[in-house]
Amino acid sequence: MTTDYTPMELMICAASGMLEDGRTVVVGTGAPCAATMLAQKTTAPNLTLFFEAGGVGSRLPEMPISVGDSRTFYQGLMAASMADIMETCQRGMIDYTFLGGAQIDAYGNLNSTIIGEYPAPQVRLPGSGGANDLGSLCWRTLVLTLHDRRRFVSKLDFVTTPGYLTGPGARESFGLPEDTGPYKVITNLAVLGFDERTRQMQIESLHPGVSLDEVRDHTGFELRIPESIETTPDPSSQQLEILRHQVDPLRYIIGRSG
Amino acid sequence: MSKSTESGKGPLFTDPDCERARQTFRDKPRVMVEKVMTVQEAVTRFVADGDYLASGGFGADRISTAALHEIVRQRKQDLGFAGHTTTHDFQILCAGNQTGRGKLLSRVDAAYIVGLEARGLSAHARRVSESGEVVFCEWSNYTLAARFQAAAMGVPFLPVRTLAGTDTFEFSAARTVECPFTFKRLTAVPALWPDVSVIHVHESDVYGNCRINGNSVADVALARASKKLIITCERLIPNDEIRRHPTQTMIPFFCVDAVCEVPFGSYPGNMPYEYFSDEDHLQQWLESEKELDQHMAFLSRYVFETSTFSEYLELCGGIPRMQDLRRREWLIE
Repeated sequence: MTTDYTPMELMICAASGMLEDGRTVVVGTGAPCAATMLAQKTTAPNLTLFFEAGGVGSRLPEMPISVGDSRTFYQGLMAASMADIMETCQRGMIDYTFLGGAQIDAYGNLNSTIIGEYPAPQVRLPGSGGANDLGSLCWRTLVLTLHDRRRFVSKLDFVTTPGYLTGPGARESFGLPEDTGPYKVITNLAVLGFDERTRQMQIESLHPGVSLDEVRDHTGFELRIPESIETTPDPSSQQLEILRHQVDPLRYIIGRSG
Repeated sequence: MSKSTESGKGPLFTDPDCERARQTFRDKPRVMVEKVMTVQEAVTRFVADGDYLASGGFGADRISTAALHEIVRQRKQDLGFAGHTTTHDFQILCAGNQTGRGKLLSRVDAAYIVGLEARGLSAHARRVSESGEVVFCEWSNYTLAARFQAAAMGVPFLPVRTLAGTDTFEFSAARTVECPFTFKRLTAVPALWPDVSVIHVHESDVYGNCRINGNSVADVALARASKKLIITCERLIPNDEIRRHPTQTMIPFFCVDAVCEVPFGSYPGNMPYEYFSDEDHLQQWLESEKELDQHMAFLSRYVFETSTFSEYLELCGGIPRMQDLRRREWLIE
């Protein structure tokens, strides 16, 4: 055991541990890709990676810069189309996806479109990209994000991607696939999940050395607090070794703050 | 929070009527003739002011940089644009807005714009997008791909199970429909027939039979959906070679109006199995955008005042630089 790691390394290791072997995952660039590569090299060697522009089963030689670049199907199983990947999600064959955003609310809804008010925002952000599709169609959505009041807000400026929308049954009432939605939110402070009954965000584990008050102070909405809160396990020395030397040797991701 | 509406209130920039689309395709030439020309000629002949444009590839992967530069250089005005993960391609077109050259972009179907994925946001694309002079309609990557697919199929819409319940739906031009079989709620997305598209491929014959290696993104459908189609290719190959492996033909000649041979034509983007993206040049471009004066000087040097794509490649380091990127693509140290 070691405590010599950064918050970003902890986030990646925690996310990696949530991916069950033998499953399928659509990933983006950055930390989600690092988490998935780490899982493949440790606990989930039979995890199949998909990239939304068409890459399937790449033996990633390095971190992709774009989810459409040639690394995303390097020594891959298939180089397909965007529709083929999204339709694989739509017919129920993709278990996990990773998303992020500028804002997240208590139901796990995400904003990546604007800051301010539509149609004349203060800041125009990229928009949905594939996020709305992936968050609608994959079985379990994981969110990796830094934890602060600017991001964890009570009301989004724009609902780009559906979490649980307004609560239990809301996704289904809009015709989104059943039993889908946000699964875990992994931040630099804690791992959060969603209460089965209310579909609101709750704390599952605090990272080592982080207090409950600290998490509350960094969250712009009321978090549900279950009776018992665990401590997020430290990354194992094996995880850190592989992450630092095989997954991200140039420290593109783990060199970032957070 | 989103309300339970039946119709997105975003503008529908293109006509979803498949009967009128058929009339257009009825008149599209389908005789197998040579279509090789320069990029300058192709853009002059096939991109008109007011057209709705789509760009193939995936932002900075297999994009038709040469055609996009030429569209900017020729000061095309008032274009519509389809932005399914458009990154450097959108950034290039934004050079025609807010730079004293009129208004190149006027309306955009946006799924992913202004960002360059892991590289960050484009200051100039933000400047243009936040100026108020461009009208947006929101979509997602899949729904834009489905709109091309509907158009390629010759039907007015396709049902999908995304967008529902969100502001992305609210500000799209999608509608909800009831499934006639299960009576469940679906999202209907309207067919999108672009007036003109630019797609960069690996190989084409002189007639426009094309091969793409690697991921095809949305280009198989986009090529079929486009009323006019400009192909740029890494290299021309003989028609005999096409006929030897017809399974590899991803775009057939009858979809294509112009074929332009442009080696390294996706530069500074990635071209699978050919060359990697030039991250240094993309960073320079992003950096130059922070101040408008500085960016206009950058654009003058690299785009406005170059006459051909080869000239741009020379400015960016020419063949030695392309060799570096080729080695980088093949992971040769």
